Amino acid sequence: MNTNQYETVIILTPVLSEQQMKDAVAGYRELITGNGGKLVHEENWGLTKLAYPIQKKGTGFYHLFEFTANPEFIKSFELAFRRDERVLRYLTVKLDRWGVDFNQRKRNGELRTVTPQGEKVVVKKKVEIEEDEL
Amino acid sequence: MSKETNFIFNQTPQVLQKKKYCRFKKHGIRYIDYKDAEFLLKFVNEQGKILPRRITGTSLKYQRKISVAIKRARHLALLPFLADGLK
Repeated sequence: MNTNQYETVIILTPVLSEQQMKDAVAGYRELITGNGGKLVHEENWGLTKLAYPIQKKGTGFYHLFEFTANPEFIKSFELAFRRDERVLRYLTVKLDRWGVDFNQRKRNGELRTVTPQGEKVVVKKKVEIEEDEL
Repeated sequence: MSKETNFIFNQTPQVLQKKKYCRFKKHGIRYIDYKDAEFLLKFVNEQGKILPRRITGTSLKYQRKISVAIKRARHLALLPFLADGLK
């Protein structure tokens, strides 16, 4: 069986409580491992502000899965997202070898901050999340 | 502004501009992460439009990758589709 490495980011509704969010994530984790996939990495970004409203929500729980699986699995995996009302958005990307390498190095902290020059960074993240929630 | 007028009148620029280069080729970056919104902001104007490569100096190969990465980031609401004063 050929397997590929994939990366999926899902955005869950901010309506969920912390526990409900964890349950939803656990459900998808099981879906991956239960279908012969192997989890490589997982990241929870917590409640994050969206750049534009989705379904009238200004924030969302971001969660990232990195896993290896058969190509056939992806179809059923994404179908589960489409059926699930808790998921605002999802994106699955097949990682090429540079992507795999990049994520590995990022996890190991070997990555220096990209582009040493051109410091015109606008930090618009993780501020005033609490105010306009929902 | 001065750059444009020079282009129109086909003059040599008064102050020699630094030659543009592709930062991905220079630093050996092979993969552009769509999750890094702060980095992608450099390739976008203040309305959130993707900058042409004649301005950023990116090579064609990496411009394609940037445009894909920006579109992915937009889908995940990490970057806006349209904005006012992003910078």
